[in-house]
Amino acid sequence: MTATTTATGTPDPAQLPDPRGYFGAFGGTYIPETLHHAVAELSAEYDKAKADPAFAEQMATLNRDYIGRPTPLQFAPRLTEKCAGAQVWLKREDLAHTGAHKINNAIGQCLLALRMGKKRIIAETGAGQHGTATATAAAKFGLECEVYMGEEDMRRQRPNVLRMQLMGATVTSVKDGSRTLKDATNAALRDWMATSQDTHYIIGSAVGPHPFPMIVRDFQSVIGNETKRQCQAQVGKLPDTVVAVVGGGSNAAGMFYPFASDPDCANTQLIGVEPGGTGTSFGQHAAAIAYGRPGVLHGSLSYVLQDDDGQTAPVHSISAGLDYPGIGPEHAFWKDAGRVSYAVIDDKEALDAFQTISRLEGILPALEPSHALGHVLKIAPELPNDHVLVLNLCGRGDKDLDEVVRLLEL
Amino acid sequence: MNRIDSIFTDLRAAGGKALMPFVTAGDPSVGALPAVLSAVERGGASVVEVGIPFSDPIADGPVIQASMKHALDHGATVEGVFAQVKAARSDLTLGLVAMVSYSIVHRWGLTEFVDTAAEAGFDGFIFPDLPVEESDAAVAAARSAGLILSMLVAPSTPIERAKRIAEASTGFVYVVSRPGITGARTALPEELPGRLASLRGVTDTPMTVGFGVSTPEQVAQVVSVADAAIVGSALVDHLAQRRDGGAEAVALAAEEMVAALASGLGQAAGTQ
Ligand SMILES: Cc1ncc(COP(=O)(O)O)c(C=O)c1O
Repeated sequence: MTATTTATGTPDPAQLPDPRGYFGAFGGTYIPETLHHAVAELSAEYDKAKADPAFAEQMATLNRDYIGRPTPLQFAPRLTEKCAGAQVWLKREDLAHTGAHKINNAIGQCLLALRMGKKRIIAETGAGQHGTATATAAAKFGLECEVYMGEEDMRRQRPNVLRMQLMGATVTSVKDGSRTLKDATNAALRDWMATSQDTHYIIGSAVGPHPFPMIVRDFQSVIGNETKRQCQAQVGKLPDTVVAVVGGGSNAAGMFYPFASDPDCANTQLIGVEPGGTGTSFGQHAAAIAYGRPGVLHGSLSYVLQDDDGQTAPVHSISAGLDYPGIGPEHAFWKDAGRVSYAVIDDKEALDAFQTISRLEGILPALEPSHALGHVLKIAPELPNDHVLVLNLCGRGDKDLDEVVRLLEL
Repeated sequence: MNRIDSIFTDLRAAGGKALMPFVTAGDPSVGALPAVLSAVERGGASVVEVGIPFSDPIADGPVIQASMKHALDHGATVEGVFAQVKAARSDLTLGLVAMVSYSIVHRWGLTEFVDTAAEAGFDGFIFPDLPVEESDAAVAAARSAGLILSMLVAPSTPIERAKRIAEASTGFVYVVSRPGITGARTALPEELPGRLASLRGVTDTPMTVGFGVSTPEQVAQVVSVADAAIVGSALVDHLAQRRDGGAEAVALAAEEMVAALASGLGQAAGTQ
């Protein structure tokens, strides 16, 4: 038994990834040699930044003054009353600057880009939240910015396209494949193959080759760390259950990691919620853990939706930010280690939950966290009154209004 | 000896050079591979890279992306590629290297994939998204099947790392001519001869150069400093233009283009 292995042989979650970028059996660096240098440079710079107190201080200042952190942890009285079970609390990431958690990572990675002397930023985006966050950070730090976005998502999330453009970013429409997030990621990776000398690729979720899943998780861990502190201070104990939606898995990883890596939080149950779309066949959902198998996609080994030949399967979700056939490797590890359980909520349940919280709490959520809320509405009624359930409300719904109005035929 | 190794050994003994075309299995039509392979052999190729179509080829430019998409949309499968190679192998003398994403290999299972490929008659592999640090198991599997596994060296690869890659590679080292994705270019990078010279300083393994090579003149430039020239997008594009023509027209076009490119092998070329 080594220092980083528990008695059962499972690696200690606080020590992951290992130096090769593995979370247990998952992760790694499955990339063309052409990208090796860029990824190695990023790893080295991140190690330096982590050891630099000035970097931590810079992040803390930006978190407070620019992003508006800490975001509130807020009791939801009318939701709680409706559920008539657990106490429902909301971690209000929708109140962070730009309206979602994505800014936590975009600001952090922009600082790394500046440290590496890069002049240009590229990103992929699905819902446009990561693209908006990246365009925001690039504008703030005076970096050139190009965001790749699937043509279908540009239609679904038009307000975010306009926001990016107003902040000076170029939004490049991707017309390949399903014209959604997976294809935008391919396009960004191809750009980076040719441009990494002066360009940093800010990946938007806890996916991709090592060290991205670790870096994104670390920048997002501010969510879970605040939640722990706030819950202790406001409720007097740690949450009993924490629920977060999982697209690529960044808001969930940032919420879960501070709990999963802390033995004192062993009693906090962690639940990730995947998008169930309209059914269980390929092309009807985007639930990689529920219906996928381990496979390699976009640089790492994790649960993916693939056919028997390893060809990426088509996916669907009502939510552009969840419309992705893979999931971050740390989630695959947590799933197999039994530390996090994963549930599925379909399009209709998410749309219902969207309306419920809008009417009961005066909060228009993004369609992504509406999935997590859909699961909360299912489980909270079964739980006792002293059970503290925290929902990561990871984004606001303004971007989804057109799509919701269309779907509800308002 | 593995067929690829003997091809390069013989060429080196004779002072010759190799042309290594890339074709997408399943394009211009799903069943075209055997005819295309014999056409490129007649045209003068020594080794051919058979690209197994993948849904998300992140190292490929628009031409090969579109070609792979065409193949998949028309029903190309890995099993189908293996069956066609098996049917064609006995009529061919050229080396057959499968260029295939590790996503596919992983899903099949490494050993299953390697053994099935060997049985079909492939002589080796290039896994373009499997870097040297992830390659131990693949190196071992290829070796035990008697097949070569060629790895890539990029312009940004430091020389110590290139040495490590060359040591892990068998058959040949794939030297990527320039940063970026596959696709034809009008000119080769000026620093290519210098890079090849420094790579020669760390390995004796044959070196092949690809990415952006598309004309007989560029083939001549490449083989003045390397053992082989790889031509991908230019040939794939040429064949894709003939998707509506019959099998014979495609085979003829493949043979003629490869023969034209192969004329570059014999040209006495300067290094620029
Ligand atoms: C508000 C919001 N939540 C969640 C997601 C899903 O991403 P992740 O799983 O990385 O948090 C997105 C992605 O665009 C988003 O915009």
